[in-house]
Amino acid sequence: MDLRMDGVSVTVDGTELVRELSLEVPGGRLVGLVGPNGSGKSTALRCVYRALRPSRGTVWLDGRDLSALSLRESARSVAALTQEGGSDLDFTAAEIVALGRTPHQRGNRPLDARERELCRSAMERMDVAHLADRGVLSLSGGERQRVLLARCLAQEPRVLVLDEPTNHLDVRHQVGLLSLVRRAGITVLVVLHDLNLAAAACDRVGVLSGGRLVASGTPRDVLVPELIERVFGVAATVVAHPRTGTPQLLYSLTDDTEKEG
Amino acid sequence: MARTTARPHPPPATAEPPPPRPARRRVGGPWTVAALCAVLAVSAVLAIGLGSAVIAPLDTLRYLWAGTSGGVIGAEEVTRYQITWQLRTPRVLLAAVVGAGLGAVGATVQALVRNPLADPFILGVSSAASVGAVSVGVWGVLGSLGVYAVSAGAFLGALGGTVLVYLASLSAGGVTPLRLVLTGVALSFGFQAVMGVIVYFVPGNEATSTVLFWTMGGFGAATWGSLPLVAAVVVGGIAALTSVSRRLDVITLGDETAASLGVDTDRLRRGLFLLTALMTGAMVAVSGAIGFVGLIVPHLVRIVAGAGHRRVLVVAPLVGAVFMVWVDLLARVVAAPREIPLGFITALVGVPVFVLLLRRRGYLFGGR
Repeated sequence: MDLRMDGVSVTVDGTELVRELSLEVPGGRLVGLVGPNGSGKSTALRCVYRALRPSRGTVWLDGRDLSALSLRESARSVAALTQEGGSDLDFTAAEIVALGRTPHQRGNRPLDARERELCRSAMERMDVAHLADRGVLSLSGGERQRVLLARCLAQEPRVLVLDEPTNHLDVRHQVGLLSLVRRAGITVLVVLHDLNLAAAACDRVGVLSGGRLVASGTPRDVLVPELIERVFGVAATVVAHPRTGTPQLLYSLTDDTEKEG
Repeated sequence: MARTTARPHPPPATAEPPPPRPARRRVGGPWTVAALCAVLAVSAVLAIGLGSAVIAPLDTLRYLWAGTSGGVIGAEEVTRYQITWQLRTPRVLLAAVVGAGLGAVGATVQALVRNPLADPFILGVSSAASVGAVSVGVWGVLGSLGVYAVSAGAFLGALGGTVLVYLASLSAGGVTPLRLVLTGVALSFGFQAVMGVIVYFVPGNEATSTVLFWTMGGFGAATWGSLPLVAAVVVGGIAALTSVSRRLDVITLGDETAASLGVDTDRLRRGLFLLTALMTGAMVAVSGAIGFVGLIVPHLVRIVAGAGHRRVLVVAPLVGAVFMVWVDLLARVVAAPREIPLGFITALVGVPVFVLLLRRRGYLFGGR
């Protein structure tokens, strides 16, 4: 399923958080949004999972205007991992995952056998099956994050929106998560802080700065020292990953960085 | 989405051992419900029989049978029958209804405003109801409603107060839970002040005792006439609440996540606030504002039944009803013939039980 943002602007209390953002995520591709704090990444994502209505512009889902769909309809196609950390109440992990079925359900009908199997396999894929009966409030941050991701998978999305999904995850689960969503064949729009992970995982990367898209393209084209310097204000050396060839950034804390890449 | 059957990554050799914590027991299936219904029935019969004149359970059942089916009782039993059927039965039923309602509304409001300290009166409902009731008593408005004037005043006060709180907390981005709670707390101080001013300037102690009743609650005024309306509102309300239990689960995940799951939190909040205000108003109108039940019963139920509202909204009303029947019994027998205001007993009984359970089960709400 194709996702396309077309001239999306968001103004909240007179401040323009996102300006004229146009970005395309072709079906089955993984597109990353990177940018410094406050550059509008999360705000842009909110427009896709319907927590926020763009002030101007349109989000298209396979040629359909997202704002013309009901919340339930769009939730059947688009799942999101937000920055909200789970529930206030001590649901079990299995109960949280089952809530992923909400947009497909009417009222309080219990899940059928296929849906229970779906939830189980989602938990297995996120490596949280052993936590099924644990209360989510007693889990560690990383475990909880994986439970929430399993909920997204149980939603059977065709578009997955992830807001810093690797937060709290140990390195094994960071790599595991991104490998999993890459393989899953879903359209993914993801905000990542770690530029190296973004370079390794994303087909395309969009760079936001001050609410504007300042660059987009393949990681190799976008993640170059001049842009990193200009947008993030840090000096970085770009090297090719010795095995995969993807660009990887090396930062140095001192000023006497030798420019190489 | 495409299925990937392979696990994303094999567990490393040093896989963490499974957590030692055992899976928590979840209570709340059909057996629990059946057992609670039985406990409620037995409690009600016992509570109807006990009091200054003690009536054996079998006699109680006989009188109840006589009352419902119009059966015959002996002439020498008429007084006892009157006590049972005309005084205690409506009172015990009312206690059960209000207890059930407070349990359900408390659980709902806590989820809606995402605050464990919320109770049915968090939005200033009780003080607003008192203002309404006292206004009726002092100025004689709504006089055309006769004996129901004060109740009607309390009901209108409760409803008006909730609407006022809702409007005052309305902002451009809809109603946020925290803003709602803060506005509710602030306005309820305002309502209390209004009530204080009325009581201060109007001579006579009738207003004072009215205030005491509406703020501490009691079932002393229960009659058959006051029962049907509140019973209908509470039972209908609980049915409506259970029908949205999955959406209540979702709303506790946060408004953004709820949107991503297709739940319109603004609309749900608005609807449920109106519904819970109606229920609370109807309950306050017949019993005053009985504290602690709506706060503590939902927590107690979650500790044993888990957080899912599909169970909580069935179990909490039953537990609330049983609790309230016994509390009301205590209120009228402990210091007979005087009655202790219910709010004292709910607090004295409820708080220690609550604290004990809280410590024992490692109960978590909104953090560790």
